[in-house]
Amino acid sequence: MNDDRPRLHIDWTRCDARGVCLELLPELLGEDPWGYPVARNGPDPVVPPGLDAPARQAVRDCPRLALALRTPRGRP
Amino acid sequence: MTAPTRVGLLDADDTRLAAHRERHGVPSPLSLDDVRASGLTGRGGAGFPLWRKLEAAAEGPWWRSPVVVANGAEGEPASSKDRALLLRAPHLVLDGLALAAGVVGAHRAIAYVRADAVDAVRAAAEERRRARLPEPAVRVVAASPGFVAGEETAVLAALGGDAPRPADKARRITDRGLGGRPTVVSNVETLAHLAVVGLAGVPSFRARGTDAEPGTLLATVRDHHGRRVVEVDHGVPLAQVLGGDPDRPLLVGGYHGAWLAPAEVADARLSRASLGAYGATPGAGVLLERPAGTCGLAETARVVGYLARASAGQCGPCRFGLPALASGMDALVRGAPPVAVRRARDLAGLVDGRGACRHPDGTARLVRSALRVFAEDVAAHRRGRCLASES
Repeated sequence: MNDDRPRLHIDWTRCDARGVCLELLPELLGEDPWGYPVARNGPDPVVPPGLDAPARQAVRDCPRLALALRTPRGRP
Repeated sequence: MTAPTRVGLLDADDTRLAAHRERHGVPSPLSLDDVRASGLTGRGGAGFPLWRKLEAAAEGPWWRSPVVVANGAEGEPASSKDRALLLRAPHLVLDGLALAAGVVGAHRAIAYVRADAVDAVRAAAEERRRARLPEPAVRVVAASPGFVAGEETAVLAALGGDAPRPADKARRITDRGLGGRPTVVSNVETLAHLAVVGLAGVPSFRARGTDAEPGTLLATVRDHHGRRVVEVDHGVPLAQVLGGDPDRPLLVGGYHGAWLAPAEVADARLSRASLGAYGATPGAGVLLERPAGTCGLAETARVVGYLARASAGQCGPCRFGLPALASGMDALVRGAPPVAVRRARDLAGLVDGRGACRHPDGTARLVRSALRVFAEDVAAHRRGRCLASES
């Protein structure tokens, strides 16, 4: 079931701890002591069905374009 | 002339092409199936199956031919096996590079090697060019120094004229790498083993090592006997490599490796299968004994400080987390309450997996193993004592 679900990928070379994703996806992302996102369920977490919309918004709104949604076959 | 059935990687005493051919013969071209059948995995530390890399690079469109890169940067300060190989058997490495180029259809080949091996490899490449060998001419480039500079995407950044910093793994370099071409970056030792497969055949290669982990590997050993590079079978008992009954902790793999306690060293073999139980892998083949009279905790803190300074500084968790981890280790050396151990363990868990490359992961592995193996040292330091000075 999870195989078709997109995964949230963080490009750490771009992430600058701006925090927009932390506001939009608190269910998925916590914050480390320096303000960087910590995926609660391990790296490249699966985006559950109810969070599709905020995940897409986070990808759009990240000021550093550090986020991407990846499906097993490529970008959605 | 017939090729010998066993090829010792470091046996040669004459590095020139003619002597190399006299000793080893000419390698037979290899197919992807041959590489897969050999079971050859990477010797740069990650242990990735070579055939998968080659297959991915060979899948590209015909008008964008691949590039093959021999990675001899050897950024790991504790390792000298790549240097030994490049100085003693550069033609084995270049034979392997040519074979890899043949498998993927590459017309461009690069050898990215540590500064002290550049002259030797350039001389060897020049010999091959003059002999008009049927392979892409090898461009030899001096590697940038630094621990993370040998990471494969950092290598490509440097070859592209930028700072040697790792890239996000979203784009696979076997799809688009150097100059947008499918690119294979392979450790020089891996390529030397590929040459062995081409020279002596798959069965001969697989005759060494184990079924699951075939072949041999080069290990950089530093113990009470001294420092040496040796070629050993996968699965060899560590005690045999060290020569004698292990009575000191051993760092296995490199600075991104893990410590083993003496009793564990006595039991363990140099293989993924055996070392996995201790949170370790063969890694870059480094085996470092903690010298008598030194403190494993202090030594680890020193290495973690080095690793923190070695960060490319691109990724927040690494850039901030590793120095915090180093401070945490220093605190344990000075003597700190138990909460400091939890803090160090938490920090290791926090940085693990959160970076563009495996630098934070490897550092976390080292710290966790030190907290495990040197737990008694931590307790002693808390009481203002040091077991090393008392041993």
